[in-house]
Amino acid sequence: MLAMNYRGPFRVRASEKPDPVILHPEDAIIKVTRSCICGSDLHLYHGLVPDTRVGMTFGHEFMGTVVDIGSDVHKLKVGDTVLVPFNIACGKCAFCKQELYGNCHESNSQATAVGGIFGYSHTAGGYDGGQAEYVRVPYADVGPTVIPEGMDPDDALLLTDVVPTGYQAAEMGGIKPGDTVVVFGAGPVGIMAAKCAWLFGAARVIVIDHLEYRLEFVRNYANCEAYNFGSLEDPVLFLKKTTDWFGADVCIDAVGGDAAGNAMQTLTGRKLLLQAGSATALHWAINSVKKGGIVSIVGVYGPTDNLIPIGNVVNKGITIRANQASVKRLLPRLIDHIMAGRLDPKAIITHRFPLEEIAEAYHMFSAKLDNCIKPVLVMSAK
Amino acid sequence: MEDNKDYQQISGWGIDADPEDEPNYPIKKYTGDDHNRSNWERPQLQVQDVEILKSNERPSLSAVFGTASPPTGLSGVIRRHAFKYSENSYGHWLPLLLADRINVVEGIIEDLSEGVIPNIFAERGWKADFKYNKGALAKKVLIRAAVLGVIVICLSKKKKRKSFFG
Repeated sequence: MLAMNYRGPFRVRASEKPDPVILHPEDAIIKVTRSCICGSDLHLYHGLVPDTRVGMTFGHEFMGTVVDIGSDVHKLKVGDTVLVPFNIACGKCAFCKQELYGNCHESNSQATAVGGIFGYSHTAGGYDGGQAEYVRVPYADVGPTVIPEGMDPDDALLLTDVVPTGYQAAEMGGIKPGDTVVVFGAGPVGIMAAKCAWLFGAARVIVIDHLEYRLEFVRNYANCEAYNFGSLEDPVLFLKKTTDWFGADVCIDAVGGDAAGNAMQTLTGRKLLLQAGSATALHWAINSVKKGGIVSIVGVYGPTDNLIPIGNVVNKGITIRANQASVKRLLPRLIDHIMAGRLDPKAIITHRFPLEEIAEAYHMFSAKLDNCIKPVLVMSAK
Repeated sequence: MEDNKDYQQISGWGIDADPEDEPNYPIKKYTGDDHNRSNWERPQLQVQDVEILKSNERPSLSAVFGTASPPTGLSGVIRRHAFKYSENSYGHWLPLLLADRINVVEGIIEDLSEGVIPNIFAERGWKADFKYNKGALAKKVLIRAAVLGVIVICLSKKKKRKSFFG
């Protein structure tokens, strides 16, 4: 089969690999029809995540058709069209029972801090991902969900990660009606977090980024205010001023380790890898939130350490909530929002590529060329 | 902003607001199962037929695991060493980052040994630059050409000096 093949930082190609096979009675094999490149794939692409091995296939946002199932799969059948949550979850461990599907303890041998994730390094379990013609999907009765009749496939595709992650970012913020919510990052997840903040009753949603085309997009798509930190002398000071010198009720870090905006963070986090990525967005979130406020983190960082003002967390009495999105938990509610027209995820898709052009797709997304917001790989119909 | 209630016209505004929903996810579905520790009924265990490195913070492999890119070569030796240390230790993560970089060189050697000359320009997606960012592409090419030129000049000077004295 044709699959994305990681060759090192900033180097990928499409090449032939053996087809995946059933390795466990609860496995399914999915023929991928669409797959996204996620902003968090860029952390891998940039070489920021330890134990990212040459030869791996990335891709944790994908959908497709079931072509084979193991002997212990009962809810799916060959021919079903499914969306596949990025979390690999057993459904049986103590964490899955609490709907912490991103924290499953039976899907990742190589690290205890994170559950298994498709195509996301050996630190997340060593699974090949869905930027390929076929993919092995463990615990097929737990995660994969048959796409509801009438749902646009692009909407279904974005339910595998972007929409639940953005929604959970807002949810973990504990937004109360009337709250001012600040979202750092106008990437796909930040855009979705801003959109979802209204569902929880926010009265004001502010997005901070430095890419004008994304700010323009989020302003229109999510009906929010959007500001370029590059033109603000100090984004934290700006946010204090614009909240009557109080601070935001909720701040969301939707950037993670690839953040720009602070030379020291960039140098130590992204260039020298002395930190697990640049923590600029989180730094600003902590300093911009009100005393007693909530910081919600969905931005992805590596597993080592980051420089953040933890003293301010203590002194301001900030609550920090964070987790990988628990996709399966959120699917029923999000499907309802999409079918009712309250969310329109497919509108964030800006580019489509065949799998053969994977290198251009990654580079375009990474370098933010041609106003790229969300690239989708569309597999050939053969 | 206080007097402007236009936001309430946004489709779905406030539909998921639930002031009673505290404490919020990720701790709201606490079941008490944690006190049984790791004694849940485990799924059937996947048969291990490739080398899987296991975190020393768990007693055994997870019930399922990925089998992509098992450790090989020098990078594999370093990875095995790294897994002697816990996830709490730099001794775990820093060698893994080093192994990743060594693995890149191993990948090129592997390509060459299979008769594949890696097209690094194509792998870096420079075609997209050619289409959308010609200025940056020209800059990249010029910088690389300059660096290459300096290296060639330095090497040729060194060679001349050596032949003069030698």
